[in-house]
Amino acid sequence: MSTNLLAILPELILTLTGIVIMLAEPLIAPGKSRKPLGWLAILGTAASGLAAFYQLQICNAHGTITAFYATIQVDAFSVFFHLLIAAIVLVTLLASLDYFEAGTVTHAGEYFALLCFGATGMMFMTSSVELLMVFIGLEISSISTYILAGFRKGRATASEAAIKYFLLGSFATAFFLYGIALCFGATGSTSIAAIAAGLTITSTPLLGWLAVAMVLIGLGFKVSAAPFHVWTPDVYQGAPSPVVGMMSTAPKAAAFAVLLRFLFSATPMYRSHWILMIEILAVASMTIGNLGALAQRDVKRLLAYSSIATAGYILVAFTASQQDAVAAACFYTAAYAAMNVGAFVVLTQLSGFDEKLRSIQDFTGLALKRPALSALLAFFLISLIGIPFTGGFFGKFYAFSAAVHSGHTWLAIVGLANSGVACFYYLRVLSALYSRPVTDTLSDTPTTPRRVTLPAALALTATAAATLCLGIIPNHLLHLVQRATPTTTVAATTTSPVPTLTPR
Amino acid sequence: MVPIAYYLVLAAILFAIGIAAFLIKRNVITIFMSIELMLNAVNLTFVAFSHMWHQVSGQIFVFFVMVVAAAEAAVGLAIIIALFRVRQTLDVDHINLMKD
Repeated sequence: MSTNLLAILPELILTLTGIVIMLAEPLIAPGKSRKPLGWLAILGTAASGLAAFYQLQICNAHGTITAFYATIQVDAFSVFFHLLIAAIVLVTLLASLDYFEAGTVTHAGEYFALLCFGATGMMFMTSSVELLMVFIGLEISSISTYILAGFRKGRATASEAAIKYFLLGSFATAFFLYGIALCFGATGSTSIAAIAAGLTITSTPLLGWLAVAMVLIGLGFKVSAAPFHVWTPDVYQGAPSPVVGMMSTAPKAAAFAVLLRFLFSATPMYRSHWILMIEILAVASMTIGNLGALAQRDVKRLLAYSSIATAGYILVAFTASQQDAVAAACFYTAAYAAMNVGAFVVLTQLSGFDEKLRSIQDFTGLALKRPALSALLAFFLISLIGIPFTGGFFGKFYAFSAAVHSGHTWLAIVGLANSGVACFYYLRVLSALYSRPVTDTLSDTPTTPRRVTLPAALALTATAAATLCLGIIPNHLLHLVQRATPTTTVAATTTSPVPTLTPR
Repeated sequence: MVPIAYYLVLAAILFAIGIAAFLIKRNVITIFMSIELMLNAVNLTFVAFSHMWHQVSGQIFVFFVMVVAAAEAAVGLAIIIALFRVRQTLDVDHINLMKD
């Protein structure tokens, strides 16, 4: 197999799966179950995960794979994110196989295809070292998730979520693009290695500085870091639960990967400048996220604010040295993916397609009706709080200790204070779950609740096991992420004489 | 010959007008148009820099931006139609079901 094909093997498999699903969809008679397409998507995602694993073996043996004229770079860093994204999409697919069965949805086939296409875009974001390719990956993933956010067609909240996500997402993309344009202006290239080389000799450092700020704003929107978080609560409230689980973790993981690569590999010489912006973003996200969550009554909105706060915790890790930052940020991204996808899978199972259970009050006394699901939700919430023996604890621990190592002790203290605030709102949900309802509000729900099907049970087991394992034996993942520091191959760039902004 | 800086300043002004319109305008379609204006400001920046560096890669980038903007417009207009069918309005001040 040629190197080029090998380097994009996981993306290739996912794209082909998506296309096959799109082609097969019209062949299934209307009104029939679209489940076979779901299984096909699951198969494709699993195959793509295996392909990423195969790439890891090759990377271990022969080192980094570069392909397509040094546009794609497959190293431990990108393979880690490939595996993470494949795992998130796999669990989401398993959880949503039966999601559309109850409703009158006729377009479930597109859902499976869009998940595959979205994952392709996210994977390209993490493995490309050319900003053009990063931009295209970002757009593939964003456009897929815009549609997925509004997937419960005909509902006012769904369309509203989709339009808000679309408008603010495109707005952010424009900033990201302007940042790339200014980078190109300062260095004459859009390749990360060439930008790093070019920025050291540039005659217009102001352009480079502006470029970093613009890229940070654009990606700040994508990871929903405050003050660019305004879309998050509305979109998470209106989007279908399984989709929220996916889009609060996978695209953010990809955006964090781009941010890590861009900040540490392309613009290390501006570290003193961008570290200030990262600090502001981190403190604002943690504070606004946690204080905002305190006021929420809707559980999905509450989890949206908690994801804003999580973006802040991950950004705390960015203040450390490259190796610490990459390890801590990757670890926390993985732990957050496990527990947050898990929480939303439970919500999917509890409230179904119609999402009858929304506010915290609706969850009162649920442990009596659905003991197993309530226990799982409680476990994921405990992990989100960051109590030891869960993945959330080690995630926070590594992020804050990375900040302390680099002398940002005050940032770790702000983070710890915020974790204390976070306890309150998670415990409100927990206490609602395990308290007796004042009035029997559950009587209007069907007497025999929907059974948890086998694929959904698999998804729940996988997320719970991942959360628990990351809390008890974090070493395995930690070894992987510590090796994941992206390597900067300083390519021999044909540096043309540096032009100036003055007219010739 | 027009200096590069003029093009860059023009692009920056266009970009700023786009941001202002995005924040001020109340109709979804107008907001969408302001995003397109921002993207075209970026395109102008790319072309200007491409000329300055005597490199074609900036202009290639512009083609990709245009393709992606077209794809985005298709999806965006579809979402706008879906929204209008449900709500019968395109005023963002009235699209506020989800504040609690």
